[in-house]
Amino acid sequence: MAKLTDGFETVRLTIPIDAQELAKLKIGTIVYLDGVIYTAREGVYTWVIENGHKIPTDLAAISNVNFQCSPAAAIEADGSYNVGGVTATASFRFAKWMKEWFRLSGARVIIGKGGMSSEQYKELFVPAGAIYLTTVGYGTGALLGRGIQKVRQVHWAEELGTAQAMWIFEVENFGPFIVDSDLQGSSLFEAQGALINEQLATLYEGLKSPSLSRYGETDDRCDELI
Amino acid sequence: MITYITLEQAASNIMANAAIDIPPDYRKGIEQMATTEKGNLSCFVLKTMIDNWDAAAEDRRPMCADTGLPRYYVKAGNNAQVEGGFIALEKALRNATAQATHDIPLRPNRVHPLWRTDNNNNVGINAPEIDWSFEPDVSWVDITTVHKGGLFGTDYRMLFPGDGIDGIKRFYLDTLISFGKRGLACQPAIVGVGLGGSKDTCMVLGKQAACLRTVGDRNPDPKIAALELELQTLGNNIGMGAMGFVGSSMVADCHIEVGHTHTGGLPVSVHTFCLSSRRATARIHFDNTVEYRTDPQWFTPYIRRETPSWPN
Repeated sequence: MAKLTDGFETVRLTIPIDAQELAKLKIGTIVYLDGVIYTAREGVYTWVIENGHKIPTDLAAISNVNFQCSPAAAIEADGSYNVGGVTATASFRFAKWMKEWFRLSGARVIIGKGGMSSEQYKELFVPAGAIYLTTVGYGTGALLGRGIQKVRQVHWAEELGTAQAMWIFEVENFGPFIVDSDLQGSSLFEAQGALINEQLATLYEGLKSPSLSRYGETDDRCDELI
Repeated sequence: MITYITLEQAASNIMANAAIDIPPDYRKGIEQMATTEKGNLSCFVLKTMIDNWDAAAEDRRPMCADTGLPRYYVKAGNNAQVEGGFIALEKALRNATAQATHDIPLRPNRVHPLWRTDNNNNVGINAPEIDWSFEPDVSWVDITTVHKGGLFGTDYRMLFPGDGIDGIKRFYLDTLISFGKRGLACQPAIVGVGLGGSKDTCMVLGKQAACLRTVGDRNPDPKIAALELELQTLGNNIGMGAMGFVGSSMVADCHIEVGHTHTGGLPVSVHTFCLSSRRATARIHFDNTVEYRTDPQWFTPYIRRETPSWPN
């Protein structure tokens, strides 16, 4: 039977992922992961970077993969967990914390939605030796939920709430993800966007502009708004 | 009379149905797109999503872990009677939301906008939203839940009559392109376009057009129906597919709803309902029997009426 990944380079990597493995990844490669990952997004970044709380001491030793997401999950009264799935949230708004986060956490892989700009990859990711994996869809919550074997720990659930807490998951065959940025800071999204931009002007041909303009907005459809 | 317990149970059931089971009309639309999509990355995304829906249904887990902002649309028959009245119905919907958030589980997405505090149950101030409508001559109550993400893919603009269809097309393209890049809108989407009304009505109509009509449904006005198909084709000719990759899978369908508007204005809103187009409906009859479906049947002739009286 034909597999979904037929025609794509596909790799399965063990976390923590070492620098040699990261160096082999090319944009557009499909990735599945085994090991331990943790969630962190604006709640955790603010808590740690701006409010000065300490990262769990063993974090860098067990995982260098930060998933920018929240789970669909419940913490039961007896302290056990019920995790349905995980789905990424858009990453562009977290760029401002990345430099410090890489330094504090030792993260080398960011998983999220939609990536960041290639300028940000070159400025923030390349010096840290980090790459970016995008989730697929978006919204493969059920497939990713299947890959979660166990909740190892949840940090700051009380302080940040279920959605913003740091969840530490043991995962197996967790994916698929697509490499958006490699160690050189290239971006698959930008390469694809450039191809699409070539056609955009023709779409607007013959359509007259509205009579009332707007301040401060781009009128160049090739621009990105992130 | 419709009992409280029936309402709360039906609301809990549609919360799970919406979160887990992709509506068949939308699935069929995406399967069709996957057969014509030539962009290999975009096609990979569509096929992965179909896999994901299968996994969700088999495991009874949410298809997308961003379970959106769960909300309700209630259509009450003019002859319906509810135990405890409609205040009790709202209580049932709020209780079902909190219970379903724990039991399914859903992501507790709802936080206070300023303090970012989370009740961990998707219930809070003005949440979940409950929109009301009425239906003449019947005694059932329809409750529909929609779980739609809330960050990207929607925009509003006041155009003017002289801007015409050109202005609508430009704004529609602007919205799809700006939010389609990198797939922020989670396309291919059911795109809802609201035209007219007051500003808030324009937003509500577009949102309801995206969330409460099914793929393949057409507006009863033949000229609006033709514009829906024209906008669908226009969106799929952008050259952009799923995740903003090169392709043609952008608009699974386009639905337009209109409202009479200010004589000097042409307000327009565009909304994208995503690759996890989650909606589920329960019809609760007067005798407490319940029927479940995925077509909300929200836009009835009564809702779209134009005359002072009904029937005319």
